[in-house]
Amino acid sequence: MNSKRDIIGEQGLQFFGKMSATISHEINNALAIINENAGLLQDFTLMADKGMPLDPERLNSLAGKVIQQIRRAEGIIKNMNRFAHSVDEPGKSVNLSDIAELMAALSGRFASMRGVTVEPKPAAVPVTITTNPFFLENLIWLCLDFAMDAAGPGNTIDIITVKTENGAQIRFARVEDLAKAPLDKFPSEREKALLDTLKADLVSDVGAGALVITLPRYIDT
Amino acid sequence: MKNLLIDDEEELVTTLAERLSFRGIDADWVTNGEEALKKVVAQCYDLAVVDVRMPKMSGLELKKKMAEECPNLKFIFMTGHGSEDDYKEGAAEAGAAYYLVKPVNIELLIEKINEVVKG
Repeated sequence: MNSKRDIIGEQGLQFFGKMSATISHEINNALAIINENAGLLQDFTLMADKGMPLDPERLNSLAGKVIQQIRRAEGIIKNMNRFAHSVDEPGKSVNLSDIAELMAALSGRFASMRGVTVEPKPAAVPVTITTNPFFLENLIWLCLDFAMDAAGPGNTIDIITVKTENGAQIRFARVEDLAKAPLDKFPSEREKALLDTLKADLVSDVGAGALVITLPRYIDT
Repeated sequence: MKNLLIDDEEELVTTLAERLSFRGIDADWVTNGEEALKKVVAQCYDLAVVDVRMPKMSGLELKKKMAEECPNLKFIFMTGHGSEDDYKEGAAEAGAAYYLVKPVNIELLIEKINEVVKG
């Protein structure tokens, strides 16, 4: 049987690879649109050479679309950078709402492929804990992955961060059909290994259609 | 010749359609599998240029359903991933020659369209 460390290490690499792949896909989509718009600008220039008048409004609109995609790519790269730096320190003070927002953004493509919408609901006040950010992101992804499958197409999952007396909670709410999900296989060894390392608990509240991670305010890493 | 472009990125598919029209190739476009199926039920197309990975219905699943409606419909696949898995799937379905990685070179796409039509 694999040790907890092996499970976390292997799972962590898979998670990092999966997120890297979706980020590269998203950047590539933005580049593909920029490519088409630049190509169209080139087409207009060639046609202008042949005497067709240029339409400044159209050119301006195309330039606007290029700028829009550059901003989209900037946002993706910013998230990629935040995600990449989450492995820098094994223990760090983190704002849970920020991490939930990051994971919702990184999971966007996976959610969209399943017809699911993920909405982070930040806490009214900052919820800060000291934990291993990368392991926490990995755990959030695994819960979200399970919740998206359970929710099914056309549904929305809320990620709610809440401050508690001894730490914090992350609730994956509005998970339709959670009762029909394979809860006998979840959490599996990989989620259990992460929960153990993060000193966290995971509860499936079938009645409320929610998965709830409870985290301590501080873990000694 | 009737062409249909299918990609969930509307900005991409509309611009591609316009650029093709400048080169004498008219193409309708849609942004998901359901709309594509409605189009082929209404009329048979000669060629579909399909994104491999789309929400709800993948390009390959869509290909099977479209081919049931229009048995003579030919396909070119596009992918944003360019991963080995995508390539295997797309190439196996479409033939390696008709599998393009985004950003797509329009002249290469036109070359492939002409090959598919002649072939």
